[in-house]
Amino acid sequence: MYAFTYQRPTSLADAATAIQAEEAKLLGGGQTLLPTLKQRLARPTDLIDLGAIPELKGIREADGGLEIGAFTRHAEVAHSDLVKRVIPALASLAEGIGDRQVRNMGTMGGSIANADPSADYPSAVVALKATVTTDRRTIAGDDFFTGMFETALEPGEILKSVRYSRPDKAAYAKFRNPASRYAIVGVFVAKFGAEVRVAVTGAAGSVFRATAFETALAADFRAEALNGLSVEADGLNADIHASADYRAHLVTVMAKRAVEAAG
Amino acid sequence: MSCTVSMTVNGKTVSREVEERTLLVAFLREHLGLTGTHVGCDTSQCGACVVHVDGRSVKSCTTLAVQANGADVTTIEGLAASDGTLHPMQAAFREHHGLQCGFCTPGMVMSAVDLVRENPSPTEADIREGLEGNICRCTGYHNIVKAVKAGAEAMAGARATPVAAE
Repeated sequence: MYAFTYQRPTSLADAATAIQAEEAKLLGGGQTLLPTLKQRLARPTDLIDLGAIPELKGIREADGGLEIGAFTRHAEVAHSDLVKRVIPALASLAEGIGDRQVRNMGTMGGSIANADPSADYPSAVVALKATVTTDRRTIAGDDFFTGMFETALEPGEILKSVRYSRPDKAAYAKFRNPASRYAIVGVFVAKFGAEVRVAVTGAAGSVFRATAFETALAADFRAEALNGLSVEADGLNADIHASADYRAHLVTVMAKRAVEAAG
Repeated sequence: MSCTVSMTVNGKTVSREVEERTLLVAFLREHLGLTGTHVGCDTSQCGACVVHVDGRSVKSCTTLAVQANGADVTTIEGLAASDGTLHPMQAAFREHHGLQCGFCTPGMVMSAVDLVRENPSPTEADIREGLEGNICRCTGYHNIVKAVKAGAEAMAGARATPVAAE
């Protein structure tokens, strides 16, 4: 790891000032950033630790849904009685991230801001009609993820919290890489009245909605409704773990499992 | 750049001047001489470096020492009683031969204690899932799982035994 200056601001305003330094980076739980720094793949001049900022923490009910502070660790979401009651699928998603030690450190905001194509949280942000709040504005979950490791966040903009809508039914099913436990394909299905959302992570450069699946499930919310449906393999990720064709196949399988789990 | 990092490690307050990029595992091993915490893969996969920070298991190779500033840290050296009596989980690993070469053992034990804190009577599946962040290169998982199950029972027994009036 190259040397850097470490800062631990205690207010969002101070963090917003600190991040203006050239080549400064925000530090959440560090479960992605620190391995990146250890490999010398990044060389920030300053690390701004967000761990001491009260405005970024906590889980509360909001507009019938949930508002979760960016610096909330995966384990806190997974074990929160409030999350389990209001959106149990979100608690279950958090419980499936990485391993126990990663969940004890890694934060929701870090995962979302990093926008790894195989991360779990992006699927929840899109499927649960979330609203992302930063220190500058609010961004619709649908507009937040713009590409592989790319988001609508501007340089120096700090993710503050995410507000998730409460679905009538929801579940997340993932086919995980057994070593990294990232999603090879993960599908989050959420039903809001007559509307159904199907968000797919891991399969492409960024999370996307399977709109044909949504239409079919809106008419008939059963796994069988997806029989014969699949997403186009062209353009999906292909690597040593899974070909694009296999990922396309998995999207249907995981979507069916999610529908069954949602009940 | 350097900074002062202070924390409680195994009940003792420590303070050292370190480079800001110092990892918690390096702080423990190189600055405090607590070499029971191992560096296995150094890439957050193997879990040999697991310690407790404020009661939660974390990978100390993927935590900066400054991130633990002010925290209460427990390493494998801090588990046994001051008279040397092994922690029930340590005793269970010995009893059930939950180790072969022993390199992964400190991390396994620390992870297991954290697992049982949250789930006092884990099933075999719970244990295997709870130890996903720990790799045993000898592949001695069978006895490790047995040891954790026995350790969990011993910890429950220890809690149930009334403490003699002091």
